[in-house]
Amino acid sequence: MTQVNRLTGGQIDRESTLSFRFDGKNFSGHPGDTLASALLANGVRLMGRSFKYHRPRGLMSAGSEEPNALVELRSGARREPNTRTTTAELFDGLTARSQNRWPSLAFDVMAINDRLSRFLTAGFYYKTFMWPAAFWECVYEPIIRRAAGLGSLSMQADPDIYDKGFQHCDLLVIGAGPAGLTATLTAAHAGKQVILADEDFRMGGRLNSGRFTIDDMTGADWVTKVVAELATLPNVRLMPRTTVIGAFDHGIYGALERVSDHIAEPAPGKPRQILWRITAAKTILCAGATERPIAFENNDRPGIMLASALRSYANRWAVTPAKKVSIFTNNDDGHRTAQDLHRLGIKIAAVIDTRPDAPGSTDYEVLAGAEVANTTGRLGLTFVEVRQSDGSMRTLECGALGVSGGWNPNVHLTCHQRGRPLWNETLSAFLPGEDLPPGMHVAGAADGQFSTHGALKSGQQAARRALGLRGRPPAVPEAEDAPVTQTPFWYVAGCERAWLDQQNDVTVKDVKLSHQEGFRSVEHLKRYSTLGMATDQGKTSNLGGLAIMAELAGKPIPEVGTTIYRPPYTPVPIGALAGRSRGKNFKPVRLTPSHHWAKERGAVFVEVGNWLRAQWFPINGETHWRQSVDREVRQTRASVGVCDCTTLGKIDVQGTEAADFLNKVYCNGFAKLAVGKTRYGLMLREDGIAMDDGTAARLAEDHFVVTTTTANAAKVYQHLEFVHQCLFPDLDVQLISTTEAWAQYAVAGPNSRRLLKKIVDPAFDISNDAFPFMACGNITICNGLRARLFRISFSGELAYEIAVPSRYGDALMRRLMVEGEEFDVVPYGTEALGVMRIEKGHAAGNELNGTTTALNLGMGRMVSKKKDSIGSKLSERPGLNEAEALMAVGVQPKNAEDKITAGGHLVSADGPLDAAHDQGYVTSAAHSPTLGKMIGLAFLRNGGSRHGEVMRLASPVTDLTVEVEITSAHFVDPEGERLRA
Amino acid sequence: MLINHPLLGPRDSSEFIYLGDATLIDRPDPETASAQDWHDYAYLRDNPAGPHRELWFHEAGDRSWLVVTRNTVTHEITSVELARDVARSQGRSK
Amino acid sequence: MTSRYSGLRVIKEALTGHKGWRPAWREPDPKPYYDIIIIGGGGHGLATAHYLAKIYGQSNVAVIEKGWIGGGNVGRNTTIIRSNYLLDGNEPFYEHSLKLWEGLEQDLNYNAMVSQRGIINLIHSDSQRDAYIRRGNAMRLNGADAEYLDEAAVRKEYPFLNFNDARFPIKGGLAQRRGGTVRHDAVAWGYARSADSQGVDILQNCEVTGFRIDGGVCKGVETSRGFIGAGKVGCAVAGNSGKLMSMAEMRLPIESHVLQAFVSEGLKPVLPGVITFGAGHFYVSQSDKGGLVFGGDIDGYNSYAQRGNLPVVEDVCESGMAIMPMIGRARLLRMWGGIMDMSMDGSPIIDRTHIDGLYFNGGWCYGGFKATPASGFAFAHLLALDEPHQTAKAYRFDRFATGHMIDEKGMGNQPNLH
Repeated sequence: MTQVNRLTGGQIDRESTLSFRFDGKNFSGHPGDTLASALLANGVRLMGRSFKYHRPRGLMSAGSEEPNALVELRSGARREPNTRTTTAELFDGLTARSQNRWPSLAFDVMAINDRLSRFLTAGFYYKTFMWPAAFWECVYEPIIRRAAGLGSLSMQADPDIYDKGFQHCDLLVIGAGPAGLTATLTAAHAGKQVILADEDFRMGGRLNSGRFTIDDMTGADWVTKVVAELATLPNVRLMPRTTVIGAFDHGIYGALERVSDHIAEPAPGKPRQILWRITAAKTILCAGATERPIAFENNDRPGIMLASALRSYANRWAVTPAKKVSIFTNNDDGHRTAQDLHRLGIKIAAVIDTRPDAPGSTDYEVLAGAEVANTTGRLGLTFVEVRQSDGSMRTLECGALGVSGGWNPNVHLTCHQRGRPLWNETLSAFLPGEDLPPGMHVAGAADGQFSTHGALKSGQQAARRALGLRGRPPAVPEAEDAPVTQTPFWYVAGCERAWLDQQNDVTVKDVKLSHQEGFRSVEHLKRYSTLGMATDQGKTSNLGGLAIMAELAGKPIPEVGTTIYRPPYTPVPIGALAGRSRGKNFKPVRLTPSHHWAKERGAVFVEVGNWLRAQWFPINGETHWRQSVDREVRQTRASVGVCDCTTLGKIDVQGTEAADFLNKVYCNGFAKLAVGKTRYGLMLREDGIAMDDGTAARLAEDHFVVTTTTANAAKVYQHLEFVHQCLFPDLDVQLISTTEAWAQYAVAGPNSRRLLKKIVDPAFDISNDAFPFMACGNITICNGLRARLFRISFSGELAYEIAVPSRYGDALMRRLMVEGEEFDVVPYGTEALGVMRIEKGHAAGNELNGTTTALNLGMGRMVSKKKDSIGSKLSERPGLNEAEALMAVGVQPKNAEDKITAGGHLVSADGPLDAAHDQGYVTSAAHSPTLGKMIGLAFLRNGGSRHGEVMRLASPVTDLTVEVEITSAHFVDPEGERLRA
Repeated sequence: MLINHPLLGPRDSSEFIYLGDATLIDRPDPETASAQDWHDYAYLRDNPAGPHRELWFHEAGDRSWLVVTRNTVTHEITSVELARDVARSQGRSK
Repeated sequence: MTSRYSGLRVIKEALTGHKGWRPAWREPDPKPYYDIIIIGGGGHGLATAHYLAKIYGQSNVAVIEKGWIGGGNVGRNTTIIRSNYLLDGNEPFYEHSLKLWEGLEQDLNYNAMVSQRGIINLIHSDSQRDAYIRRGNAMRLNGADAEYLDEAAVRKEYPFLNFNDARFPIKGGLAQRRGGTVRHDAVAWGYARSADSQGVDILQNCEVTGFRIDGGVCKGVETSRGFIGAGKVGCAVAGNSGKLMSMAEMRLPIESHVLQAFVSEGLKPVLPGVITFGAGHFYVSQSDKGGLVFGGDIDGYNSYAQRGNLPVVEDVCESGMAIMPMIGRARLLRMWGGIMDMSMDGSPIIDRTHIDGLYFNGGWCYGGFKATPASGFAFAHLLALDEPHQTAKAYRFDRFATGHMIDEKGMGNQPNLH
């Protein structure tokens, strides 16, 4: 197709032609076009359907405030629903599809809603669909849901990359219109680091859209000159295609840069968009103003748009929606649009001005004191019906109608920290209030400076004020400085189906109904009628609705309320906010020192927090994980096994008062722990609940190594620093986390000593006498490598944990495997580790769940009464010491074939199965190859005295009920002979 | 938010872990405190709408605990101190 | 005053120009005295008024609201209802709430769009599975519904979740089919309309500036519209409980924190019900209008400012992308912050205070919305009969002193971790 509506001039590159598709049809445009301007050029006015009534819609605007012309842009996994045609830059091969219509945009079955509109008024759904109750989910709601929504997702993973970045500057200028440019120039010449961000791909704001002159050049040329100069300055960063989305605390601004949206797809390895966090000492908001519409009957037909949009399309993009247009205005700016269009050869049917004293024109007819009464044209405007000042009606034939009701400053970012804009009577508009985000200044049209000269000057002044610049300012360029007044004219009297929020189909009638039903505060109005809740967030509709409500309530506008704006300024892709933290990169991966070795061995890994740990090590012939785990357990208990336990938190505690410190953080005593000994310790939170358990090994008089569980490593460290810095600041103790500095392996099983003897340097005697259970020490291995050895056991076997500097971890594991061959050494993973600790009855994360006390764990007597320690006092509360308290026990099925499950609850064998009779729950369960059946750990009311009792283990959600016997939690070697061997 | 660390200068608040009211420094004297004192210490808060002294831990930094005075309505931070200095000034020692 | 709503009525009004609709509630002037005053015209306060009138026959009642009703957390939440709690102190209460939700529209004659499209908590590790099975069983033992789904079942029902390259693979889920969402604003309006029709005065733009306490007895409240006397005063202003109760010189086991929530642009149906991620803090549903409504963790620092900061926004979206990588090109439309009463054990308080005639309802953390009906019911019970309702008897002030905390997450006395 040819570009039938293309005019002369404009800021497009006619040398080059781009082809694109909309709803399956081929069109062409030029670089510099948006999808909107290119569609208009090709004579397309119908671009979308409204949300509720499926009314045919075209462009309302030429910017990011667009409520109507939304499309699904691109195809396949890159499909972007609800994309504004007005901000989508044209590229060769672009494809777009209209949305929320079926079967086609021109013929949409759901347009029946428009016929039914009298039934579908504001809030109608709150009053019906209540009977029968069950019909909501299965009949009414599915119909509503299918009808609602706009575009659709591709349902495929977003293939593009999103980056994040950080920037700092002396001054952030938001918006590159006349005010933003002079503000930036002023700051740049003062040597400040300046960032100038603008949502458009071409800087200049309205200077690109009008025929203003600055000094002796056109506005657009002046912009080109200034931007070229700024681009050469090293202290200026120009960021076109960058929307500042929010003003956050302490001068931090979020900004979205659309790096690759103007091309078919991002270059390989390049991001689609970047989310910037800009920390600015000062900010000047130069976000301009948005023209406001006037509501009149059927004001939503394709071809009816804001007058300034008509002007932008004509001047900047050299397109017009129609050869013959009318303008409906209440202010002089509407006439400016008419003049510009007239100069470009577009026929002006008439300028309809609500003011009786409207300025006349020799170029076209001006209907003073007139208003638009109605319009016609099903899929696009054909006629405008005008009520003239004398009351007579007149019909104008035209394909487009520009509407201007004045301008609203874009104060959005001034509200992001809950600031409230202030009503200005002269402009009858909200201006920035006094409670701006700290460091923010406002200039240009955003501050109500509507003339070009006013904007240029206020940009300069704001920069000087923000940066505290002194001296004589350079002259502001010459530009028009027409005084601006705005007389409110919100709607044409008597109109009903007159749209305020075009996307959500909120009409004047809906506002009236909201008022009638008592939804009168602005927030009630918004929520009840959905005014301003659409993807444009009410940029063109909120004030109109508010004004009508004010009139109905007989109150001034500010008394009805101001709606304040929240981030983001325009909608932001969720992918951009997530950045690269997705898929496997959602969180960083921590690898253990033996990871690569384990991978070579074919280990299966499991996520434990951010760690990846070997879960088991399958060998040839094993087809089920249980085979591997059972073998690892058996072999460890029979001979020797090795497990990487580096992930346990390790905290170095040093200082002359280290023992005193540990005495305060552990509920049991540590003051008397001898050098060379390790002790199990239980740490309580101050509220008396168990926080973590582990060991503390005294390597020297003033040196302990504390271990924590994997899950609580960071939290315990933070807690210890709190106790030290905040509670006992003068204790001579220093703490540092050494979790990643040391590789640590458990070497467990009856042959563990024999294996270790092969690598421990002969100078160190690790015989049972010299290095008994709970011994610890600094040693060397493999001819001089420093190491730490702890004789502690999680498995219940004769066992050690050996630690070497992390960089030797891989080598040590390989060495242990080689030296252990003669003992048939087996590496074991977290599953076997878990099985053995359950067999031994050791608590772990499932038991230390943040609600258990020392008493619950069977360690009530460990809480020393002789000393003060964190949590000791509050652990004495009666609720934590009840006679019927939960106590750790073991459970095993009566019938050895039966399964038991963690998470099952314990009830009496023959009593009822309900919450009132719930007596406890199983925390951990595993198949014990040692006992040849499943076993579990549980918390049971008064469990300490119920060993031998038969109970019912019930797990309704896994359809399991089994008889179990309550036992001691120590299934294997309850006397602890093995670990002392 | 930015927290002006007394030793390190302005740091992004996401480097820190928040704990809560700085009265957590005022742990009752185990020799003399009543059960009520312990309850009040552990569980009751002024929770003001306005200036609030609160504890932040520089986890991704130098591991200092800081007492930050921040307005809970405006988020303005008016002072940042090392918690150990505050604790000492309140008589805490060993 | 108000007349019944029905489909027939909608048709009749449509055909006669909608002239018959009356205000959903009156705008009365304050009376000098009420038997019961409820401070806070949010969901909980309005529900309390409704049940006081309907169940307990109390109609000389006023609800006092400093702004416009429904402007607190009932107007700013992620609309989820569920009763999937673990602990005995909580589960019967939330199950009661869910039952009340199930009959709400008929009770109120107002369509709040209670939509039981189900909720699933995803499971990503073995220990999480153990914990969720325990929780599911506790729910079942308390008479609620719960269903454990293995990975294959989750994959079948939610094929769009990330089963390909998840950092924390999905290993199953705990489903509650009766969970779902509700049109949140309509809850406030429905309760208000019903309470009003039973004679309750709803006083908007009436800010409490102090309590009149005489000899340890609360006699009424000082407000921006003058003193209003009362036999009993109930406070239901969660988020601002600290500020309000400080006027009675009470310190609370509560901190105020900001929770952000988010909604995307409208999309054609994508999500069947509510989904919560188990390896990050993220929950999402899709509204009837098509927006994805989602949220995550609180910002984490005490705040009375109804706004949050970027790190949490990013964190929430990271979690969203982690389980649903197809939402990358959906756009976040709006974000907002609500102030939460974060309590010391993550559970609420519905109790008398030490001041006679002064009652408290708060500490809802970010579970308050789903609790609205049961909270109102229990608070009405307490106010009317001076004894706790059966389902809320654990929600006492003194549980911290006695050591009977109700700590679902096991985080202890650190409010921002609940």
